[in-house]
Amino acid sequence: MRRLPMPILAYFVVMAALPLFMGTTGLFYDAFQAIFVFSLVGLGLNVVTGFTGLLNLGMAAFMAIGAYTFAILTSDIYPFQIGFWWGILATVAIGAVAGFLLGAPTLGLSGDYLAIVTMGFGEITLDVLKNLDAVTKGTQGINPLPRPTFGPWTLELQQERGWYWLLLGFVLLAVLAVRRLERSRSGRAWLSIREDALASQCMGIPPKRTKMIAFATGSALAALGGALFAALLSSTGEPASYDFQVSILALCIVIVGGMGSVAGTLVGAVVMVGMNSLVLVKLADWAGAAGVGNASNVLASPNNWKYLIFGLALILVVRLKPDGLLPPRLEGGSS
Amino acid sequence: MEWVDFFLQQLITGLSNGMIIALIAIGYTMVYGIIELINFAHGDLFMLGAFLALTVVGLLGLGDWSGASAWAAVVIMLIASAGFCGVLNWGVDRLAYKPLRNASKLSLLVSAIGASFILVNLGLFWGGLPMDVFAGGVAAAAPKDFPALVPNTNLLGEESLVQFTPKDVLVWAVTVPLMVGLTWIVTRTRLGKAMRATAQNPVAARLMGIDTDRVIGATFLIGGALGGFASVIYSLYNNTISFQMGYRAGMDAFTAAVLGGIGSMPGAVTGALVIGLVRSMSDAYLETRWTNTIVFGILVLILIFRPSGLLGSRAKEKV
Repeated sequence: MRRLPMPILAYFVVMAALPLFMGTTGLFYDAFQAIFVFSLVGLGLNVVTGFTGLLNLGMAAFMAIGAYTFAILTSDIYPFQIGFWWGILATVAIGAVAGFLLGAPTLGLSGDYLAIVTMGFGEITLDVLKNLDAVTKGTQGINPLPRPTFGPWTLELQQERGWYWLLLGFVLLAVLAVRRLERSRSGRAWLSIREDALASQCMGIPPKRTKMIAFATGSALAALGGALFAALLSSTGEPASYDFQVSILALCIVIVGGMGSVAGTLVGAVVMVGMNSLVLVKLADWAGAAGVGNASNVLASPNNWKYLIFGLALILVVRLKPDGLLPPRLEGGSS
Repeated sequence: MEWVDFFLQQLITGLSNGMIIALIAIGYTMVYGIIELINFAHGDLFMLGAFLALTVVGLLGLGDWSGASAWAAVVIMLIASAGFCGVLNWGVDRLAYKPLRNASKLSLLVSAIGASFILVNLGLFWGGLPMDVFAGGVAAAAPKDFPALVPNTNLLGEESLVQFTPKDVLVWAVTVPLMVGLTWIVTRTRLGKAMRATAQNPVAARLMGIDTDRVIGATFLIGGALGGFASVIYSLYNNTISFQMGYRAGMDAFTAAVLGGIGSMPGAVTGALVIGLVRSMSDAYLETRWTNTIVFGILVLILIFRPSGLLGSRAKEKV
């Protein structure tokens, strides 16, 4: 395996060292744990949309499938109780199967028709989770979920640093796997399909099978993200935590970061999720402390400006950097 | 024959709702046809149109909503919202999409998502206006009651089990002429010809002396205006609006456009009528909570068997 390129290596070194300066608890951990979860989902979507050029607007559904599969397999209100590590493995496998099942009938569709089918799949998944509340426990979610164990040692919920490093470890594994895949036969096939589906078909690349592998890989990573998200909260949360907004956030991460770039996806997750759960929260806090916050006037409550700021930021980023913050280097695939 | 009446009732409700969706769907399909953008902000534009209509009601301040004054108010709202949404859509294109004409399709999509977030946020602010119709602006995020300017009396007589109300008449009286007029513009005028040419091949259209930027601007203007008309009849039909309603409406309309074959205007109308009917039938005969699943399930099934939608053209890729 080739060495990781400098930007990615630097990312992991900085991220691994950051908690040493941040105390042991606080907003920092909430934000960065979310960033790592969405890095996994973003890496998955980067395979589907960035490498293979298939627009997927239903990543939240695969996160949900991951979270609920993990919960059902491990929670002590269900008979399986296979534990954290087996649960994660099984979730990744089932996520891939779910990707195959959605992909099999639909991957013949072109561009935006596929986008709307994946969006519809997201809506259907959400409805099924809401309506089958006998299994999914409706808005209260399935909980509690087991903690990961390392030999005799168990990672407790309030050990924020431990969770931070665990999630970062999963992101590192995912990055290594995705970079390896990108240089494999499948990965090269993905890129060629994205660049010119017809020409690559003429060169003997089976379009459907290639797309299916990309779809399954992306879904497996999103499911992993979902499972870890649930494990982190020790609950699946309510079905609405996996709505269309989440799929949109994943898409913004990949495009703002730079389509088809692994390093870009990591940066995109820091920027997008960080803006949502760190910068905007902090801004609201400061404004509140300065006495600006005031519930009776809609304009005066900083929280009400959240979407406006987020939307403006999206428009500005694509305006100034239409290829993303860290676009892939053309030669030799992504950096 | 009670079941016949019940069925007819669902048919009327479904078709009326479908026609409202159709007006929004045309806005999607026109923009998609010309610059291949899923205009995410379109549903939220529709939402702002409804807020403008409610503001107009507040400004007119009519006491009791009856007779000629109510109908005059409806006409004023239609004109105001259509003009507002048309100009706003044109402005969104200018500021958020036009600079990205040569960028990748997905950057354009993200810009549209950004515009959508901004419009939703503006809707939230708008709901906080200190006017009576916005409940004095104390609960900006709460859904707002839209006054019943159009009565809900049954035109088929009080004893009839099937309800056909002036609201349904309003829907058809607004949507059908608009669709006829639009078809006339697209098929019979110079602008329409330029629009079709730009949709087919923008480079060739430019070489033939067509100012494609103006044509695209006009497309946004017309599509937005249709969304504005839709917002007024939607508000009068359902009598409640919320700053979050753009999402559901946009999703229905976009699904309709895809179902019918995106880029095709008759397709958008057909798709919208199918979705309106499926929604009302599913609400009536099955459980409401499964309606979304059924709508999208049917969408997926139709696309598997007709990959370019119901009326979409099946362009073979040239080699």
